[in-house]
Amino acid sequence: MTKTTPLHAQHLALGAKMVDFSGWDMPLHYGSQVEEHHQVRADVGLFDVSHMTIVDVSGGQAAAYLRYLLANDVARLKHAGQALYTTMLNEQGGVIDDLIVYRMTEPGTNEWFRLVVNCGTRDVDLAWMVDCAVRFDVSLNEQPDLAMVAVQGPNALKLTASVLSESRARLIDGLKPFQGQESEGWFIARTGYTGEDGLELMLPDEEVVAFWQALIDAGAKPCGLGARDTLRLEAGLNLYGADMNQQVTPLEANLAWTLAWEPEERRFIGRDALEKQRNEGVPTKLVGLVLEGRGVLRSHQKVLVGKVGESVGEGEITSGGFSPTLGCSVALARVPAATGDTAEVEVRGKKLVVKVIQPPFVRRGKKQFS
Amino acid sequence: MSNIPSELKYVASHEWIREEGDGVVTIGVTDHAQELLGDVVFVELPDLDAELASGDETGVVESVKAASDVYAPLSGTVIAINEDLEESPELVNSDPYGDGWFFKIKLSDPEELDELLDADAYAEQCESE
Repeated sequence: MTKTTPLHAQHLALGAKMVDFSGWDMPLHYGSQVEEHHQVRADVGLFDVSHMTIVDVSGGQAAAYLRYLLANDVARLKHAGQALYTTMLNEQGGVIDDLIVYRMTEPGTNEWFRLVVNCGTRDVDLAWMVDCAVRFDVSLNEQPDLAMVAVQGPNALKLTASVLSESRARLIDGLKPFQGQESEGWFIARTGYTGEDGLELMLPDEEVVAFWQALIDAGAKPCGLGARDTLRLEAGLNLYGADMNQQVTPLEANLAWTLAWEPEERRFIGRDALEKQRNEGVPTKLVGLVLEGRGVLRSHQKVLVGKVGESVGEGEITSGGFSPTLGCSVALARVPAATGDTAEVEVRGKKLVVKVIQPPFVRRGKKQFS
Repeated sequence: MSNIPSELKYVASHEWIREEGDGVVTIGVTDHAQELLGDVVFVELPDLDAELASGDETGVVESVKAASDVYAPLSGTVIAINEDLEESPELVNSDPYGDGWFFKIKLSDPEELDELLDADAYAEQCESE
């Protein structure tokens, strides 16, 4: 059965082209995904992300449990409201999912955390999290009655504050990047998936329609999953299922920065496999590709690495598309570790030369490579 | 429902054809096609003076979603291409039957015109997809 968010009727009324996304009927765009993309880079865009799965973790051993479950370390979160991005790994070091953890309370007794995981991996995630919880005093509570809206773009904070109460506006004013705070049943975080400043707000289903409409009345433009994908691609942010999966480790997914190796005695799931891979050498890496000529790089196209006669091997595009900000095509690709600063991609029977860069391509509206 | 002007002719591969007189036709892709494609980001057109046979692959439309081949709906010589599409491929989305035209050909076999679909037949085909 197709699932819908509390904003489904709004999407239809706005004339959205709807698509199936992991069993959810979601807006792909409301007319032009390229214009929606530019809207976020230049001003404010509004996304319904209520399909994402919210899981609250509480109990006497909530922190100990998450320090075992997750490859990044929640002990780095010293105060209520701090957040971190992390992967959740299997024993082989493969990525089960990527997620954000928010520390909701000060460290100590009765502490709890909020996790936001992908909707496409919801069932696998929850089953794994329950399995791993066996020897911990924790409880896991999914929050299906919370809607989630992302307001993204250079003017996102100002515009959102303008439609909220004075106390919530003050809260937004005080948020640093990657921080979130609760406010009377709402949770407001300065996070996102676009490479721009912005907010993600979790609020009760029954309040989200009025909030959505207030943002649109104030000038925010609704944006669909199409723009969300090109924005995150430009920002060099991985998409689960495309750029990483259970067969790929964070070291092969440009996510080494999310691994907390210290303290060494923290034996999180997958650590042994990662240490082995780190010692033996990581065979592949996730890089950015830029096609400066015409044409569009697409997922699963073959990447040829090395000069004629001294081939380094082959790789594959994991996410590709047109970058509206740069006016050319960009991609993320998994390639042999020895790949240099150029490669070729087979595009519709032709071999096109691409530049190889370290992602991101664009942050805060600015090109990030030369 | 997409716009299907009654004065134009169509082929099943979603190109439209406008007769300009003297055996010259203008060709583009339909409103239905541009809706399916989503935002167009590049258009590759045939070369001027190219000799096309009906059904030949003669260009590519790259959209945010996918690459799609453009087929020559009729045989003839390319006498004009829409150079504006190089800088403004979005014209294919905003004005598929006007400023978003692709190319013009001088027909080598005007009898092929009889095989084209009229608006009703094309509408029926779109609905059955």
